[in-house]
Amino acid sequence: MIVFDKPKSLTDAPLHYCPGCTHGIIHRLVAEAIDELGIEGRTVGVAPVGCAVMAYDYFACDMVEAAHGRAPAVATGIKRAEPSSVVFTYQGDGDLASIGTAETVHAATRNENITVIFVNNAIYGMTGGQMAPTSLPGQVTQTSPYGRDTKLCGYPVKICEMLSQLEGPEYLERVAVNNVKNIKRAKAAIKKAFENQINGKGFSLIEVISSCPTNWGMTPKDALKWIDDNMIPYYPLGVYKDRSAKEAE
Amino acid sequence: MAKLTFKTDLCKGCGLCVEACPKHLLAIAKDKINQKGHSPVEITDQSACIACAFCATMCPDCIITVER
Repeated sequence: MIVFDKPKSLTDAPLHYCPGCTHGIIHRLVAEAIDELGIEGRTVGVAPVGCAVMAYDYFACDMVEAAHGRAPAVATGIKRAEPSSVVFTYQGDGDLASIGTAETVHAATRNENITVIFVNNAIYGMTGGQMAPTSLPGQVTQTSPYGRDTKLCGYPVKICEMLSQLEGPEYLERVAVNNVKNIKRAKAAIKKAFENQINGKGFSLIEVISSCPTNWGMTPKDALKWIDDNMIPYYPLGVYKDRSAKEAE
Repeated sequence: MAKLTFKTDLCKGCGLCVEACPKHLLAIAKDKINQKGHSPVEITDQSACIACAFCATMCPDCIITVER
């Protein structure tokens, strides 16, 4: 009996991500959710600009490539033109929390019936490790070699906290993929975000705390520990908004 | 009988599965090199595997199939 195998919604293309990068885990969780809900035939993914730019090679469903940060706008168009489709975006922090902040906030406040997978690794991975809007105070990057100076660069953007202030969004949760327990929780959250869309509830965003061993300058093992020691204390995990659950109370 | 199968040529040798294994059965084969140029993972004692699939859950590249 097979206990664990690669989900059908992932293609056989080898992932281009660096060794130990948790993008692969998040790809798999999205594909497992698509498989389990039986929606592969009507799912449309929107790929971002960033490390996950080639996500269209890896997911076996229909994929569209959006301009930098514009994935929620493209997803809005697809969902409104073809309401029977299931539309998700897969975006990094440089895409969603920087150049795409406007699109994200407005898709959320309109409660667009889409699913957003937001991968937060606190750095610009693809371009070589520059400081991102989500880089932690004091974090050393290529463009903050003495650590992020909050007097000069301001403070990190906490997307889940920020969007939870809006009336619009249906579901906001922050999860991590640095150990098996957190991965199981992340999978449940991602599946729920897809179910919300299928049930017509509206905008769901799952923020996934991810690692970037290459640009953090760590081994994959140390990078996962760094998530526990530094990322999670600054970006607490949990459900930030669940409107249906609140209304049911 | 638990059985792990590895798509060895896709392994990047990151070692996340090695850390995840509760029985400490996995190791990076430092004397081997795969198609990608990485030292791949291998199982040291197949008979002690309990098929918990923690390794496969942590593997970013989906190279592990777990059977029971």
